[in-house]
Amino acid sequence: MPDAILKVQDLTRLFRVGGFRTRGQLHAIDEVSFEVASGEIVALVGESGSGKSTIARVLAGLYPATSGSFVFEGKAMGRREVRASRGDMPMVFQDPFGSINPVLRVGHALLRSLKLHRPDIKRADRFAEAVALVEKVGLTPGEEVLRRYPHELSGGQRQRLGFAQALASRPSLILADEPVSMLDVSIRLGLLNVMKELRDNEGVSILYITHDLASARYVADRMIVLYAGRIAEEGLTTEVIGSPQHPYTRLLMSSAPDPHLAPTAFEGDDLGEPPKVINPGPGCRFAPRCPLAMDQCVVTTPPMVALSATHHAACYAVKP
Amino acid sequence: MRALRVLLHVPGRVFRFMRRDKNAATGAIILFVLLVLTAFPTWFTPHDPAAEIYTPGAAVSWSHLLGTTSFGQDVFSQVIAGTRQSVMIALIVGFFCTVISVIVGISAAYMGGIVDDGLSLLTDVVLVIPTFPLIIVIVGYLKSAGFWLMVFVLVFTGWSYGARQLRVQALSLRNRDYLLAAKARGESSWYVITVELIPPMTSLIVANFLGAALYAVLASAGLQFVGLGNLNAESWGTMLYWAQNNEALQTGLPLWALAPGVAIAILGSGLALLNYAFDEVANPALRPVRAMKKRRVA
Amino acid sequence: MSEPILQVRDLRVEYATPAGPAQAVGGVSFDLAKGEFLAIVGESGCGKSTLLFAVAQLLTYPGRLAGGEVLFDGVDFTTLKPEELRLHRWRDISVVMQSAMNALNPTLTIGAQLTDACKAHTEWSDEKIAQRSAEVLAMVAIDAVHLKSYPLQLSGGMRQRAMIAMALLLEPKLVIMDEPTSALDVVAQRSLMHQVETLRHQLGFAVIFVTHDMSVVSHYSDRLAVMYAGEIVELGPTRQVFDRPEHPYSQGLMEAFPSLLGESKQLTGIAGNPPSLVDPPEGCLFAPRCAYANDECRSVRPELIAYGNHQVRCHLVARTRKNDA
Repeated sequence: MPDAILKVQDLTRLFRVGGFRTRGQLHAIDEVSFEVASGEIVALVGESGSGKSTIARVLAGLYPATSGSFVFEGKAMGRREVRASRGDMPMVFQDPFGSINPVLRVGHALLRSLKLHRPDIKRADRFAEAVALVEKVGLTPGEEVLRRYPHELSGGQRQRLGFAQALASRPSLILADEPVSMLDVSIRLGLLNVMKELRDNEGVSILYITHDLASARYVADRMIVLYAGRIAEEGLTTEVIGSPQHPYTRLLMSSAPDPHLAPTAFEGDDLGEPPKVINPGPGCRFAPRCPLAMDQCVVTTPPMVALSATHHAACYAVKP
Repeated sequence: MRALRVLLHVPGRVFRFMRRDKNAATGAIILFVLLVLTAFPTWFTPHDPAAEIYTPGAAVSWSHLLGTTSFGQDVFSQVIAGTRQSVMIALIVGFFCTVISVIVGISAAYMGGIVDDGLSLLTDVVLVIPTFPLIIVIVGYLKSAGFWLMVFVLVFTGWSYGARQLRVQALSLRNRDYLLAAKARGESSWYVITVELIPPMTSLIVANFLGAALYAVLASAGLQFVGLGNLNAESWGTMLYWAQNNEALQTGLPLWALAPGVAIAILGSGLALLNYAFDEVANPALRPVRAMKKRRVA
Repeated sequence: MSEPILQVRDLRVEYATPAGPAQAVGGVSFDLAKGEFLAIVGESGCGKSTLLFAVAQLLTYPGRLAGGEVLFDGVDFTTLKPEELRLHRWRDISVVMQSAMNALNPTLTIGAQLTDACKAHTEWSDEKIAQRSAEVLAMVAIDAVHLKSYPLQLSGGMRQRAMIAMALLLEPKLVIMDEPTSALDVVAQRSLMHQVETLRHQLGFAVIFVTHDMSVVSHYSDRLAVMYAGEIVELGPTRQVFDRPEHPYSQGLMEAFPSLLGESKQLTGIAGNPPSLVDPPEGCLFAPRCAYANDECRSVRPELIAYGNHQVRCHLVARTRKNDA
């Protein structure tokens, strides 16, 4: 990709779990590689256990990768660089009630971000800049909002504040970890529209992590579908939604309820059990649930097959 | 520094709160009165508390509001004068206990790993030591118990309970998203601990302080009562000692024994009532919400 | 409708708050036929869960039943004493809660909890209890071996299914579900809904399903009730309410769902916030946020009026319908 601001290469994160007798490795993410261009929203779609939040936290520097690497804005991010550049890839958290310190005013974190990341703004001008930032995400009147305490804002307002805080460092990429999952459905749209505006007006890229395909389709330019820590399918949103190739993507599509359309027949009896990510063994991790599973599938991990210049799926049953 | 500025907001909020909650207001008034007595006891003592010149065993009268002791000392003046010792010991021991338990408890929780293991072990060992017997042994061994020795002994035996509580609360807060958010935007560990972690714990820290203060009052009174304090000092505990020794209750001088006891109870109640105030100060969600002038997006 | 099994009449619930009583549910009335699936949909704070708890007589302080009747098979639950109510619990009405982890006791095995439920409401022998426990678990596709498992050992989807199994122990006539799918992933959610639907056809129980995400029930419910600020604003056959919503709030809500496969277009949510329940507005509770509100809307509270099988609480709809008639 020509102007990729983020290039992730074989990122892996393992956790040690278990006590003395049941020691094991939890493969949160395994050899994940993808890229994000400037000014685009990429949706990282997956259910519980897919590793999507882990990717965000490794990229944000909250914990180190076990192996693999990533390059951000042309700089290779080893451990030292990650620690020094915290805040260049800011994160918006999922929980509107837990992600803001309840005893400090709303403006506090925002002003701190400005202090840490915008040395060009003088102390006297910081407040005005903070007001501009919150108004950009639709929180008006800005001065009043900044003086409030978090419990005086609604869930949707707090999530907007999360985006305003992320914008403080003028980032080229924002990591949004399920920013709308805990909001009411009619409030979600407001936030999704804010994300679109940030992409269109500020040129910010967003890595949008979610389990909801419909909202991913609404905002994202490209989609990456994760399963059990590995990428199952990726491509332009129109490609992945329009002609999903990986059996897991197909399962997600048929399971996601769309009230505007007639119901699809419920295929098979997949109960939605989470995948095995502790000491998973070789082969495709979706094989136990896959209707198309072949012998090959449990022996070696399927490589990414190119279906077009932009559309890839990791599955033996897929023909290029 | 930021942390200081955050903490300095506290008195203002406390004041505004006092006017609303009756419990807190009562507690505050009690403590305020006792603090004034501590600072300026001579303004309130009608007579010299140590002077043994009055009629011994006198009944209640306008001149001796609580009667006199069997040595001829004015009970009322003694009680007033004794305030200083008790309040000072409460505040000083409370302060040091709190400082130590905050440092130990929060460091253990925040750093985890081997630091946590070590500090927790230390806390648990000190916690398990039986306090009162230990105090008696130490003080008895050293024969004379000056004020500062008493403070030292009480702090040594008193910090561990608070450290345990604070550690547990800090552990539960440690993985809150807002701490991760602070870390993610590049704040240093020191900043995260002082500005993001400690303020939400203020109510528990203050509760600890008040608890330690109460413990100090009762323990010091107890020590003095069994005769291990400085018997010439003017304090409620020594009053109890002398009253007991001279069989105040049996000889028809009940006020001599009751007055210091009631005084201790009043101090304790003041400390407990004030606890309520700090819960609201530290947790803004408990405060009443002002209506927002203009309302916009949800 | 043929003899309804549940008739709710003018139910009111108040919550005690420092600022005065909050009207959480203000005069809700509806009927439920035997075997019918009624979905109640609304955002946080609209009173849907409170309504559910009031129907099941599970309200606790600071909530309080302030009026109305709940007639189950002709018996008014609001007048029964706790011992009398107990006879109906689980046999006639059972409840499935939102989060299985909150509703299941983490220190007891699934089998022990099923046994508890049986012992509390029946005189069954131990063999009958064991047999029935295995039966209900089979109904929800859980292997009987899990009778000995603790809730923490099961996945989220399995726990939720275990809750449903527990609710079906005594073959109740009505199962009340409070957002049972909101903690689940999309595939598990679909599987659970399918399971509920299959069991409903097999055993014939009625369902009241409360959710904030109506796409979950859109393909399963017979009727859909939309709640706002403690009142039902629209009630009708599901497809009708979805495809042709009449109340402005329902219209806004239906528009708030991005479609997966349908047309891709820019959507807006509903601007504004729900009203204060302590000091509600004079007229229609939705008027402050309604694009079509007029003076009548702002001063007179509209009634829920039935037009055939579709009920709507809106002055403007009433006016239009009257003109059409």
